[in-house]
Amino acid sequence: MTLTLTRRALAVAAIVTCGAFSAQAQGFTPENPECIAPANPGGGWDFTCRQVGKSLQDQGLIPSTMQVVNLAGGGGGVAFAEVVNKRNDENDLIVAASSATATRLAQGAYPGNTMDQVRWLASVGADYGVIAVAADSEISTLPELLEKIKIDPTSISVAGGSAVGGWDHLKVLIATNAYGIDDVRVVKYIAFDGGGEAVTQLLAGSVQAFTGDLSEAKGFMDSGDVKVLAVLAPERLGGQFADIPTATEQGVDAIGANWRGFYAPGGMSDAAYDYWVDRIGTLYASDDWKAIMEANGLAPLSLQGAEFEAFVADSVAQIEAISRQIGIIQ
Amino acid sequence: MDTLSALGDGFFIALTWQNLLLAVLGCFLGTVMGALPGLGPSNGVAILIPLAFTLGLGATPALILLTSVYYGAMYGGRISSILLNIPGDEPAMMTCLDGYPMAQQGRAGEALALSGVASFFGAFFATWGLVLLAPQLVKVALLFGPAEYFALFTLAFATLGGVSSTNQAKSAFAAALGLGLAMVGVDTQTGVPRFTFGEVHLYDGIDFLVAIVGLFALSEVFIFLEHRSTDADAAPPKVKIGRITPSLGLIRSCLPTMIRSTGLGFLAGVLPGAGASLGSFISYSVEKRLVDKAGTFGTGDPRGVAAPEAGNNAAAGGALVPMLALGVPGSGTTAVLLAVLLSLNITPGPLLFTQNPDVVWGLIAALFIANVMLLAMNIPMVGLFTRVLLVPPRILMPVVAMVSFVGIYGISGSSFDLLVMIGFGVLGWVLRKLDVPLVPVILGTLLGNAMESNLRRAITIDNGNWGTLIDSPLSIALWTIAAIGFVLPIVVGKAMKRRMRMDAEGALRD
Repeated sequence: MTLTLTRRALAVAAIVTCGAFSAQAQGFTPENPECIAPANPGGGWDFTCRQVGKSLQDQGLIPSTMQVVNLAGGGGGVAFAEVVNKRNDENDLIVAASSATATRLAQGAYPGNTMDQVRWLASVGADYGVIAVAADSEISTLPELLEKIKIDPTSISVAGGSAVGGWDHLKVLIATNAYGIDDVRVVKYIAFDGGGEAVTQLLAGSVQAFTGDLSEAKGFMDSGDVKVLAVLAPERLGGQFADIPTATEQGVDAIGANWRGFYAPGGMSDAAYDYWVDRIGTLYASDDWKAIMEANGLAPLSLQGAEFEAFVADSVAQIEAISRQIGIIQ
Repeated sequence: MDTLSALGDGFFIALTWQNLLLAVLGCFLGTVMGALPGLGPSNGVAILIPLAFTLGLGATPALILLTSVYYGAMYGGRISSILLNIPGDEPAMMTCLDGYPMAQQGRAGEALALSGVASFFGAFFATWGLVLLAPQLVKVALLFGPAEYFALFTLAFATLGGVSSTNQAKSAFAAALGLGLAMVGVDTQTGVPRFTFGEVHLYDGIDFLVAIVGLFALSEVFIFLEHRSTDADAAPPKVKIGRITPSLGLIRSCLPTMIRSTGLGFLAGVLPGAGASLGSFISYSVEKRLVDKAGTFGTGDPRGVAAPEAGNNAAAGGALVPMLALGVPGSGTTAVLLAVLLSLNITPGPLLFTQNPDVVWGLIAALFIANVMLLAMNIPMVGLFTRVLLVPPRILMPVVAMVSFVGIYGISGSSFDLLVMIGFGVLGWVLRKLDVPLVPVILGTLLGNAMESNLRRAITIDNGNWGTLIDSPLSIALWTIAAIGFVLPIVVGKAMKRRMRMDAEGALRD
């Protein structure tokens, strides 16, 4: 009797689970899943697409191979315009995005496009910002550096890998602003082509400080060539990065994450939207993905669906405010 | 000694059947991609990344495959330069100047074989440079701040005069045009878009590949179309291929050129941001200054083929120094390789040599293997390549046009780039009609941005003080060389030309 009861309960449970599962599966299944990487092969967006596509398929989360299409140009603007104008109703399509996408949207660098023309799916991790100096620098804390900038902005050149108004620049402005420097335009930022070049110039002594992502500074931190003053994360990171103080604990309330994630066409059906949010969320929670994040120097940032949408909206608003302040947008 | 035993270990790692097969495959694919206009080493490597991942290769085999492609493409780029006057990739541009005239004189086989040898020479010794000097060279790279880079680029432009044209004014005009084109796009120092006319496709600037393929390949097609009804249907010119192995005497006469060019190219490669194009360009112009007493450069002088080829292949090896030792790519291709390393969970940088010695030395051994393979593969294939010249233009030209379109669309997936390419094709046709050299246009586009950014970085760092440009011994040295390189030909050139004219008249009378 007990046996039958248990069995029946199990059967019911099985039916319920199956039902729930198949209901979702019936709701939507992509026929030709496609991921647009809005840059040339080899860049961050390209790897986001390829790695997520491969992992989704490896784990059986999507029925067929994810096709990766490179649609470069305009710092992602070409792809954004294409999705909005020509492929607005597609359900099989996702597009790689990052903080750079939010930055350009905020600054109106995608002419005529705004963030609410697409649907934001989920994040797959974040690369937190760091502010660093050369190992032999006399500066050893973030407030010391910011104080020097406050007293004489011309004495400190800060190098970063993005253009003026780009994310590396904005991170240092967020920090100086949080420290109480109201006119952040005085901060002397020197733009280089990529974080690697900027770190090299820090070592060469051409500049006094470096702003970039943790993954860019990691190798030089391990070798003892640079001193990371602060990581712009909400709390200390785990593992080998546990020794790096956050900006917040040094009294500078600044957080800067270069997140990676996806958006989808604005006209995507709710069923398809839920499907993609669910699949990317499941992938994010898997151990495999944790290993991939670790390998690529990504820190956790788990945001799905509406939460992610709100997060992107917040960061767009913040970037817009700073950009207006420094005169990138009028 | 440690270095050599480590290198021995590297060969031990690299010499497995799987790795050798991957190297053969990589060399072959690389050569083909290098030869196709539009597809260069950086796209070649990028295109094959998925292959390496799909095959589930480990770090070392994946790198062996991809660096073989890299070296292969550096070799392959010269093929279409010599045979068709269309550079297969950016660094191969300089090889057109003397390679194509040689081919027209019926010495295509010789030019191809000689350039193969020069490529081998450059790459081989650059790889040794990488083995022996990598740690020291990193210090050289650290001597270069923005001010020094600006001086270096100025040096490149100062020696530009007369590289590819007898008319200095036209060279200068072409360089200015190139510099102007380089200004298109978002200005990195202020974040303001320039000359983009609100067109989002132009925000990233003009892709040099699009410009090169348009200027060289498409304009060739236009020229053909123009002459089609008149002389193309007439008896096709008899194409001679000539001998397909260079004589030892020829190689010996080019040896000093190759040695100098290898050194220069390697140094250019070591500097992050300078890369192979600057390597081949500086090699060619320095060689022209040094040995071109009779003014034969540009008319099919074998040394004009050997110099850029040794230079750009040496630069390819040199560019690996900052990538491995600093994690800073010295060129577009090494940027892609860097991304691959990162995705394989290897962080290039100061600790790479101690943390992943198997990867580094396996990679370096693979470079040696790829190099020998490429020489062995390329010399016998010269005969095959030269058959291209026997294809009648009415078949060849549509193929060139098709490859150009497919190549460019394949990279960016954007039809806008195709329109830009056609625009450049028309521009190239007009410039050719006006006898304006095309090479300085590309050089301006290629180097203009880096030159401008470094000037502005230097000035901003020093709070608007222009004196910073001549603030270090290194930059003073570079400025001096630039000044000499610019002034000397103007002073000496006149006397030289007069003597040459007399020589030529003398020759005519004989």
